[in-house]
Amino acid sequence: MTTPRYSIPGAPLAMPPAPAASPAAGDATAGARTVNEVLASSHVESVMDELDRDLIGLAPVKQRIRDIAALLVIDKLRANLGLAGDAATAAPSLHMCFTGNPGTGKTTVALRIAEILHRLGYVRKGHVVSVTRDDLVGQYIGHTAPKTKEVLKRAMGGVLFIDEAYYLYRPENERDYGQEAIEILLQVMENHRDDLVVILAGYKDRMDTFFRSNPGMSSRIAHHIDFPDYSGEELLQIAERLLAGQHYRFDEGARRAFAQYLERRMRQPHFANARSVRNALDRARLRAASRLFADRDRVLSEADLTTLTPADILASRVFGATAS
Amino acid sequence: MMTNPTGRLTQGQFSFLPDLSDDEIRLQIEYGLRKGYAWSVEYTDDPHPRNTYWEMFGMPMFDLKDAAGVLMEMNTCRKTFPGHYIRLMAFDSTRGVESIAMSFIVNRPKSEPGFGLVRQEAEGRNIRYTVHSYATDRPEGDRYGG
Repeated sequence: MTTPRYSIPGAPLAMPPAPAASPAAGDATAGARTVNEVLASSHVESVMDELDRDLIGLAPVKQRIRDIAALLVIDKLRANLGLAGDAATAAPSLHMCFTGNPGTGKTTVALRIAEILHRLGYVRKGHVVSVTRDDLVGQYIGHTAPKTKEVLKRAMGGVLFIDEAYYLYRPENERDYGQEAIEILLQVMENHRDDLVVILAGYKDRMDTFFRSNPGMSSRIAHHIDFPDYSGEELLQIAERLLAGQHYRFDEGARRAFAQYLERRMRQPHFANARSVRNALDRARLRAASRLFADRDRVLSEADLTTLTPADILASRVFGATAS
Repeated sequence: MMTNPTGRLTQGQFSFLPDLSDDEIRLQIEYGLRKGYAWSVEYTDDPHPRNTYWEMFGMPMFDLKDAAGVLMEMNTCRKTFPGHYIRLMAFDSTRGVESIAMSFIVNRPKSEPGFGLVRQEAEGRNIRYTVHSYATDRPEGDRYGG
């Protein structure tokens, strides 16, 4: 090679410019022709099965995620046959909005979605950046834009999960900086659609108000998914799964006691579905620990250390409040 | 200068190569991110080799996972300063290292007039040498035609 490797200004390039790397380069699904080939090479099926297995209830959510995953798989096949159209318009908008009461699994599902999108190659890294209003909105003029941009840059290649997104817009204060954050967010959601996926989450009624006052945001979000509340039976299953994960279990009486506990707790204010269940179990574990702690000379078997008894549950404040 | 036949500024990595394309820059950024470096964008219009502290364009970007964020910042800087030198720097925050690990130029002015050798006659028959950038004859912000 006798041509110089440097280029002299004004002279033609010494080397032809490197061919532009296509975004699909290195993509395992390139060349696949059947749904099974895409699924096999991207391991999406296993994530979806995990979703079905690990998350209890949430049937409409799971159905919607399956629909989205199916669309993405078919899009991949269309792209392989060159049917995709030009990239700017054909890239599906994947921004989502999760609405539902607290503790219905919005964050958990967001993590799974990130995993699915990553396996299908729609986000490059598949990490989730979870933020709230405080991370996006600044405290003085000129503070908001850099702050929001920094968060967006951190989320690129993955999923940006904005919890309690309706707080971004505060209609009662017309000089609130939240509006500025929303504008930057909208711009990036539109121009960097293939770089990141934005998921907004919040309570149903508040999010509806939020979208009414920000129609631009609503129209840029393709998937509005509503998370239903859990039934008592589903919550009991969740409780048992949580306990199993920590190597605890209910004895027969405790299971019945916990069902009663849930029945009462669900009627009380500030009931946060699965989160309340987790907190109740944490308190029951505390009580079990002090029950065992009191009896200092007893030899504790494995069963003693792993079993929650009815007494641990029935000592809860919820039972006391109705008795008095 | 004789040792630099291209007449181009040669600072940092890749400066003897043709300009990197955006895809090549992306690969470099990805490499740095995999190593855990924090990227930052800097610009200047004073190309003197001893001018090591360039102006920062925004804050260094920590905790990034993907090159898209750095590229977005770089393109904003290119739009703001199309006729300046712009470089990307990767900061390695490893304890004991804590310094710049990578640095390369991603934007240059259209024409680079280069440097002249300045001789100063000193005591006796001594001669002191220094380099002088032709670009800095014009005031800041006005170099390279704007």
